[in-house]
Amino acid sequence: MDTFTQLTLDGLTQGSTYALIALGYTLVYGVLKLLNFAHGDVFMVGSFFGFGVLKVLGGAGNPMVPVWLLLTLMVLGAMVGCAVLGVAIERFAYRPLRNAPRIAPLISALGVSFFLANSMQLMFGAQPFDYGIFGLDGGSLYLDGFDIGNVHIPLIRIITILSAFVLMILLWILVKRTRTGKAMRATSFDREAAAMMGIDIDRVIVFTFVVGSALAGAAGVMFALRVPTAASIGFVIGLKGFTAAVIGGIGSIPGAMAGGLILGFAEAYTAGYWTTRWSDLVIFSVLIGFMLFRPTGLLGTAGIKKV
Amino acid sequence: MSEPPALPPPDPSQTPTGPAIGQDEWVARHGERRSRRAGLIGDAEDRLRRAPWWAWLVLFVAAFALLPVVSGDGYIRRVAFDTTIYMLLALGLNVVVGWGGLLDLGYVAFYGIGAYTYALLNSHQLGVHLPTLVTIPIVVVAGAVAGFLVGLPSRRLIGDYLAIVTLFFLQIFLTVATNGDQIAGRNITGGANGILNVDPLHLLGHSLVVEHQGVFAVGYLYISIALFAVVYTALHFVNHSRTGRAWRSLREDPLAAEAMGMPVNLLKLMAFSFGAAIAALTGTVFASLNASVFPLSFSFPLVITVYTMVILGGQGNLAGVTVGAVVISVLLELLRDAGDARILFYLVGLLVLAYAFGRSRKLVAMLAALIVFGFAAHAAADLIHHNWVNGPAANGLDSVLSHWVIIPTSLNTWIGPVSYITLICLVLALTLVHGWTRDILLVPTVYLGTFVWENVLLAQPDATRYIVLGVMLIGLMIVRPNGLLGERRMEII
Repeated sequence: MDTFTQLTLDGLTQGSTYALIALGYTLVYGVLKLLNFAHGDVFMVGSFFGFGVLKVLGGAGNPMVPVWLLLTLMVLGAMVGCAVLGVAIERFAYRPLRNAPRIAPLISALGVSFFLANSMQLMFGAQPFDYGIFGLDGGSLYLDGFDIGNVHIPLIRIITILSAFVLMILLWILVKRTRTGKAMRATSFDREAAAMMGIDIDRVIVFTFVVGSALAGAAGVMFALRVPTAASIGFVIGLKGFTAAVIGGIGSIPGAMAGGLILGFAEAYTAGYWTTRWSDLVIFSVLIGFMLFRPTGLLGTAGIKKV
Repeated sequence: MSEPPALPPPDPSQTPTGPAIGQDEWVARHGERRSRRAGLIGDAEDRLRRAPWWAWLVLFVAAFALLPVVSGDGYIRRVAFDTTIYMLLALGLNVVVGWGGLLDLGYVAFYGIGAYTYALLNSHQLGVHLPTLVTIPIVVVAGAVAGFLVGLPSRRLIGDYLAIVTLFFLQIFLTVATNGDQIAGRNITGGANGILNVDPLHLLGHSLVVEHQGVFAVGYLYISIALFAVVYTALHFVNHSRTGRAWRSLREDPLAAEAMGMPVNLLKLMAFSFGAAIAALTGTVFASLNASVFPLSFSFPLVITVYTMVILGGQGNLAGVTVGAVVISVLLELLRDAGDARILFYLVGLLVLAYAFGRSRKLVAMLAALIVFGFAAHAAADLIHHNWVNGPAANGLDSVLSHWVIIPTSLNTWIGPVSYITLICLVLALTLVHGWTRDILLVPTVYLGTFVWENVLLAQPDATRYIVLGVMLIGLMIVRPNGLLGERRMEII
């Protein structure tokens, strides 16, 4: 039972990270029909932004900055930084290719992903960066908490999971209840028709990148609070985030959330009950099966292709 | 009722003069409309253009074959060999991406499958030692079958989904190769340590040695260049066959191809199988030469490298992707060594400036401004602190250059990232501004570029190589998606 609780907790934390990344994929895919390979690396850069904020503010030992403020600033810093990065990527790598054949922006996205990962490695080296060296994990947020059975659940975990869900709900409101969200949905439905209705497509696309990248930045900090980050993590985590989006049905926001959680749980339970050695193999095989037999995902709708 | 006048029977002796069936006349007579340079250069250009494809191939292969005769340097031979491997890989990828138009990001997995199959059939791992002439067909068939199996999803998937599924396939391959030392308790792939002591290629009882008296032996170079010639020739004929034409029509518009009655699914599967078989064949040479295989040799950076080759050369053009492979392979090799990379950088920089400004007074003004700016910045830095310009690398440069570029004795940890990010921002800004603002902005950008190159990028050749590849991919897609020699597609709107 304790194992189960622990694994569920792990799955929930990891899954909420995947869900935040998957949302970025889904949003961009929705409006641009582009698989943004660089998104995983934006996530990675976000975790570095968090590290930078932590370093500048002097870590948990700084009496001027309480830990809750520190965490908030880290997440905010990463979100703002990643939003700027995302807009720059869109402006310089994708926009010139908007009317090119579909394979062109995809290859450009690969180039951006490769460029980001190796630039970070060039600037900061390939070694892992652990938030723990700033004494964060000695604080009450990590030590306090409550127990279920013999499993200790630190407050930081709960905060991470809750804030991930808060972000998702905010996004949901943004897309469903605001004017901009309506414009996003319209663009996603039919870009040309939306343009004819007077929607500024460029603005919507930029906004989409802002939101998606900001979510990735937040996910980056939340991830790095548990696991040391490194310049090379973006690729595989981005891949998993994308599959989470596919499981849920690409283009669908609740789908991305559900897909992220499913992927997180699947990974945690496979690793805990079955095999750690082959867990990646199991997950990737399941995902290939998913893509083959239900490419529209759980909550996606099959589009009708008109010629 | 008037009968239509009976047409005279076609005269068999008269050869048709118009374009071939299915070819637009405007397209067919494209060559005649092309403006041609006058004089000897024009004549030579025309003659070169009319040279048959095999003449180029023979020339190219002969150049490679003569390389070891000209130079006994083992390093150069080794680089030449690596280049041929890249050329083969690029040819294979060209079938899938260039002709089939299928974005296969798991391509190097087939290369890995080929290498591992060869290693398993020719080492102590399974205790099997097959003759090379038996192994190679097995490997090629294994590769083709693997390509077929991975291609099966491509019947249903398009574009991005296919890219992701093939990428998963690569990850699965790497997982299996890395963890394959405990499959049901047996050691199959040797895990992360790979398979060691793989037999060399052996023909008719003779083993092909890798090193002869400490120098890279020419045998493998000849084998791989011969393989290249064979594959190139085969692909040339495939390209001009029904299948080749069908592939290209599939690439241009799968829907139209299907409507025309082409077996789209079969064509996709064939493209995958062809590419995979070539990659697997290349894997055998790679494994036998290195006498070992490791999972890390087949990871994602290699995919990007081969893609850059194909795109730089021009997707769909055999000669193009070959040239692309040679250029990138040599480039990556030069970037390994700081001295070579430095010369390359200044050479390429000058060429780009000359190309951008043409033979105008602007170029002279720009160079003069650069030189003045550099010396001024250098002098200013020297005034502030002598250590700022007294770096160790300065001695390696020509004395003039060392008075121009700022190379500090030691770099503060933050200077590297800050200058690098500033450089990126400046370059991006350059693409936005026009006119004289751009010219003025260009001078500090180029100068900062040399600073970053000397101090940041040269210090980490590995990251730099991949950064160069990434930038090339983005830039090529935007500026010249058809590559150096790619055929220009007709956009019909």
